[in-house]
Amino acid sequence: MMAIEAARALAGHVSCFVGIGLPSTAANLARRVHNPDLVLIYESGAIGAKPSRLPLSIGDGELGETADAVVSVPEVFNYWLQPGRIDVGFLSAAQLDRFGNLNTTFVGGSYASPKVRLPGSGGAPEIAASCREVFVMVRQSPRTFVDALDFVTSVGYGTGAGHRAALGLRGAGPVRVVTDLGVLEPDPDTRELTLTRVHPGVAVPDVLAATGWDLRVAPSVGTTAPPTEQELTVLRGLVEGSQS
Amino acid sequence: MRTERALAELVGLADGVAELVRDGDTVALEGFTHLIPARAGLEIIRQRRRDLTLVRMTPDLVYDQLIGAGCARKLVFAWGGNPGVGSLHRLRDAVENGWPAPLELEEHSHAGMANRYVAGASGLPFAVLRGYQGTDLAGHTDTIRTVTCPFTGEELAAVAALRPDVTVIHAQRADRRGNVQLWGLVGVQKEAVLAASRSLVTVEEVVDELEPRPGAVVLPSWVVTAVAEVPGGARPSYAQDYYERDNDAYRAWDAVSRSRERFTEWLESVRERERGSVRRLD
Repeated sequence: MMAIEAARALAGHVSCFVGIGLPSTAANLARRVHNPDLVLIYESGAIGAKPSRLPLSIGDGELGETADAVVSVPEVFNYWLQPGRIDVGFLSAAQLDRFGNLNTTFVGGSYASPKVRLPGSGGAPEIAASCREVFVMVRQSPRTFVDALDFVTSVGYGTGAGHRAALGLRGAGPVRVVTDLGVLEPDPDTRELTLTRVHPGVAVPDVLAATGWDLRVAPSVGTTAPPTEQELTVLRGLVEGSQS
Repeated sequence: MRTERALAELVGLADGVAELVRDGDTVALEGFTHLIPARAGLEIIRQRRRDLTLVRMTPDLVYDQLIGAGCARKLVFAWGGNPGVGSLHRLRDAVENGWPAPLELEEHSHAGMANRYVAGASGLPFAVLRGYQGTDLAGHTDTIRTVTCPFTGEELAAVAALRPDVTVIHAQRADRRGNVQLWGLVGVQKEAVLAASRSLVTVEEVVDELEPRPGAVVLPSWVVTAVAEVPGGARPSYAQDYYERDNDAYRAWDAVSRSRERFTEWLESVRERERGSVRRLD
């Protein structure tokens, strides 16, 4: 459901910066079902990649071979991401807070002596800063949706309204957080993430129980449309193809 | 071996590593998913280098192996995972538990690392980018500062240039004079070679003449220190137009790297196997 929901949200966008895992699934689903012209940009340098199956890494051979253009890594970040040319960036994290700030560096202990060392920054800090919009995809639990991050690797809305502008960040920030339970969007005034939609079969209290802070809920919470046959068929094909 | 501006020398891998990669060096093995110089990494392990500062945007399996083998003192990186699979368990064990030795970390973003290589290749002391603002990274990484634009007054991130003692990359081809050609996803290899004092390039094949290829990067012989012919030198990553990425090997590494015992068995088997293959190359 996460991949389907995120894929639908890509309708109407021109380009997206794709990471591996669920974002790649969503972007490839969108290109097949919701937005055939969507330009997939992988940080390995493949611009306009058209993979026939889901890649395992962001640099699988097929990405470069099917791309409109292949550029160096400094060019991806300096010429394409930094000036704000890319519509949507996908991010995930081990921890997310109420303002959509993300931690992918460590959990528990200290930076120098962490309990769990995570992979680190990768492309995320600048994707979070410079894509016109950011979609975050995270499975929701009190362990991931936390009151305070152990480390800010990538900035969402910082400490709230106005903070991104004060930092000089030019993209809009995390406009949509897609979880396995529903969709959260920033409050227009405070920028605090607010539950606006639940997926079929999920109740609002389920979402509250899976959040480590007192989650705001929109006055009217919608329900995500169930997956269509076409979405499910294409999604199954993508996932099966990637395991061969 | 010459390290001045002479033409690159064609060498065997063992000799190239012995001459160019020294204990205590700052070493960059680059290749962004594609063309990872994995075989050279194994040779560094076989020769038991110590106290290396390893520099690489995405540590990948090649650095998980070097770290687990005890070659590294410090890691300068941006993203340290097994792509699409999970953690680099040897990297985590070193950072979380100090096994087999403690590992100092210098974490940057991809954009920061790429720009640090660009600065090194450009002969500049630092690079400027829009990055890191509002994150906790600058507070823990002293090669991240800020700089004020003299024209607009904007505050921007400044990152210190990377200048490895030696950069090791893998490419598809070189000619007999040591001119190197690589294509496909070319990552940050050109910048990493030009930023370094010395460089070693392993190639799939040495040919009489390089045919021009659209979009290829050519590193002229006189900016490369040594070239070694190592077919399959990027496995389990890939070399476009030679072989594909071995995704199963990436998945299989997870189980090997998860336990110290299995990793140690792997390490011993590699040291045995490498001895055999070096004899063949000689």
